[in-house]
Amino acid sequence: MEHDKESTTGEGAGISVRAAELTVAVLLFVGGAIVVYDSYRLGSKWGSDGPQSGYFPFYIGLLICVASAVNFVQALRAKPADAVFVTWGPLKLVLTVLIPAAIYVLGVKYLGIYLASAIYIAMFMRWLGKYSWLRSIAVGVAVNFSFFLMFEVWFKVPLYKGDLDPLRFLGY
Amino acid sequence: MVELSALFHGFAVVLTPFNLLLMMIGIVLGVIIGVLPGLGGANGVAILLPLTFTMPPTSAIIMLSCIYWGALFGGAITSILFNIPGEPWSVATTFDGYPMAQQGRAGEALTAAFTSSFIGALVAVIMITFLAPLVAQFALQFGPPEFFSVYLLTFCSFIGMGKGSPFKTLAAMTMGFALAAVGMDTVTGQLRLIFGFTDLMRGFDFLIAVIGLFGIGEILLSMEEGLSFTGKSAKIDPKVVLETWKKLPRYWLTSIRSCLIGCWMGITPGGATPASFMSYGVAKRMSKDGEKFGTGQIEGVIAPETAAHAAGTSALLPMLALGIPGSPTAAVLLGGLLIWGLQPGPLLFVEQKDFVWGLIASMYLGNLAGLIIVLTCVPLFAAILRIPFSIIAPVIIVICAIGAYTVHNAMLDIWFMLLFGVIGYVFKKLDYPLAPLVLALVLGDRAEDSFRQSMLISQGEVGVFFSNWLVGGITALSLVMLFWPLLSKLLARVRRD
Repeated sequence: MEHDKESTTGEGAGISVRAAELTVAVLLFVGGAIVVYDSYRLGSKWGSDGPQSGYFPFYIGLLICVASAVNFVQALRAKPADAVFVTWGPLKLVLTVLIPAAIYVLGVKYLGIYLASAIYIAMFMRWLGKYSWLRSIAVGVAVNFSFFLMFEVWFKVPLYKGDLDPLRFLGY
Repeated sequence: MVELSALFHGFAVVLTPFNLLLMMIGIVLGVIIGVLPGLGGANGVAILLPLTFTMPPTSAIIMLSCIYWGALFGGAITSILFNIPGEPWSVATTFDGYPMAQQGRAGEALTAAFTSSFIGALVAVIMITFLAPLVAQFALQFGPPEFFSVYLLTFCSFIGMGKGSPFKTLAAMTMGFALAAVGMDTVTGQLRLIFGFTDLMRGFDFLIAVIGLFGIGEILLSMEEGLSFTGKSAKIDPKVVLETWKKLPRYWLTSIRSCLIGCWMGITPGGATPASFMSYGVAKRMSKDGEKFGTGQIEGVIAPETAAHAAGTSALLPMLALGIPGSPTAAVLLGGLLIWGLQPGPLLFVEQKDFVWGLIASMYLGNLAGLIIVLTCVPLFAAILRIPFSIIAPVIIVICAIGAYTVHNAMLDIWFMLLFGVIGYVFKKLDYPLAPLVLALVLGDRAEDSFRQSMLISQGEVGVFFSNWLVGGITALSLVMLFWPLLSKLLARVRRD
């Protein structure tokens, strides 16, 4: 039932509200159908010892399907038909945040939170904020150094160090 | 007065140096969170929740609830000075607050906003002090059917009272329920909806959802708007404060009205945002300067701020007394209770007196401390917004990622957070409400449990929800709420004929 950014392209200057509405409704409907299917598989009826595991989710799934079907129809009939969900310009801005954020999360997996975050903040400042390298790196390192102190040293909450654990020399 | 002696006991609990320190930290963090775009009451508390795992529960709730008060105060600062609502509930404050700042009356507007916030909160806390124990005592007689009917009432009021399409509310809410069902079924131990992915066994934690939906989603939205902050200078000198305070009593009627609206909307799960709009609308209609609203009327600041704070505070009443949160932030606090090993519900008032009354006492002190802090430190907090967005944005995303990771120490949760961020962005733009989604995700398991227990009692007979006057009354009220949009249309038509 999860959905990513709308892949359906609308006409004109961006993605239309209608396309976005329809996509979300369809995705939610599919999600609802999956819930119904799995609940049915688990047993959505009355077992020997009471309601089975799928009893409650089954109806929830049905409700999702009904609600998204109505939303789908309402989106089809909505006026004006060509309202814009997001134009390409702002969408590009949104993606310039979203895509690096995804790369950042991937970076966390290998490098751990501290190093990946420092690189991420520095890069973000360098590319989108047009700061000098020196300043960007300084802020990235400083922010993460304070996080390190706060989590590892003061609150003793260990954060993810990454598969490669490049900071293992610190002994935390 | 049993409540008063309990309350004084609560003050005794709060007034330790450690708890007072946490209170101050909480307020300051809260105001910062309220000022920053992308960090708000709900996700701010969610992110900081893991830091409190090792604290005693009473200290933890004091700090977290103070973050919430701080965030409520902080929202007003950005609305008035920058015309950017830091929080959804302070949107209505921009209507008259920003014009006032443009006319050079920023100090007056801020003082009015903070003072009315404080009054709204105070009234709500007094109400909680006396009403919550009664509600809890009453609820002690509740069995599973009664609890399910109260859950039903909560969710039906979202559908009936929401201002958008009821079917979008339904879709968002049921999606929350479905996500809550993922993982191990607590009754039978069967695995549901995981399709062989063992990582999904834990299910979706609503804290991750809150951080993603509200935090990342908000950043994406702000990015789209290409934010550039240009604000009015913020300085409050004591003379302005005193002069404004002298003016405020003139608007006592507006204050009382806004308090009532706020308390009502907070207890029923309307929440602070609709309360602030409603209060602004009512004040505009009732005031003799109604047509001047929007040009910098002090009443236009008092009304939404009082109601928002009253609603935000009274949202904790059902959370404490019934274990049913009235707002996403209250839901996060409820999640905290579970993590600290406390069982939310009416028994809390019997078994955890220190905790409950400590929290209530801290509400009095926290709001007073909050008022003093914001009145004295506004320029500092406003300076935060002058940090460029290209520094703030990545730092907030990093904070969100850390918050998401620390909930379960799971890398996968950071991916879910990002995914919820995209969902939050799309849902917000398409007017799918996020609050019912979050509440359904929090309450899903408990609602399902009470439903199944009711069904077990009645052997599958739905009539159990009408089996006595109490449960029948609540169920009937839920149905009225559910079909309210239809009913009100019908009523209007009847009246016209």
